[in-house]
Amino acid sequence: MPELTDVTIDKEIDARGSFCPGPLMELIRGMKALPVGGVLAVLSSDPGSAKDIPAWIQKAKHDYLGAFPEQGYTRFVARKTH
Amino acid sequence: MADRMSIIVFSGTVDKLMAASILTTGGAAMGMEVEVFLTTWGLEAFRKDGYKTNTRVSKDFEDYAPVMMEQMMVKKVPSWMENFKNAKEVGDVKVYACSMTLELFDMKLQDLEPIVDDVTGVATFVERAQEGKITLFI
Repeated sequence: MPELTDVTIDKEIDARGSFCPGPLMELIRGMKALPVGGVLAVLSSDPGSAKDIPAWIQKAKHDYLGAFPEQGYTRFVARKTH
Repeated sequence: MADRMSIIVFSGTVDKLMAASILTTGGAAMGMEVEVFLTTWGLEAFRKDGYKTNTRVSKDFEDYAPVMMEQMMVKKVPSWMENFKNAKEVGDVKVYACSMTLELFDMKLQDLEPIVDDVTGVATFVERAQEGKITLFI
């Protein structure tokens, strides 16, 4: 898994305070709007995201760049592949 | 087998509609076709604008109702109707009204929220559900 400093985030969506499945829905919407090759970050404080977000990214066949814990939330980062 | 989730929504209380709407969202997000069949109180809950004033919860947990509704407001939890709308936006979701209930309650498709796609009978729902992978009754 790369360090967060190795990737340039093109768009960041703040979904903190939003509940399951809110952050995932934000991620899906954000991915739709992003050009192929773009990197999206979603900030989530929902504990469900830790499993839901990677599961969706794998299912949708994008690149999961990782989950980066911050104080009280996590930054999930993925690259759009298609 | 079709990658399909079929949900019968029988209940019209906010707690169960919330569960149904979140499962619908999950199915849609994970790329499944989702078919929602609204019957009885589940259909009544989709009467135009009805969701805006619906504060009913399951009878067996009605003492929790005021706290639950308040917490949903405070924590800005999206309404179950918003969840259904979001699910439609990200995936393949169809919402069907049970023809028998429509008849029973003297309603027409036009009396329901625009999220409802069409009217169907139970046999069609069962036929579609038997080809699918997940069937839920809520």
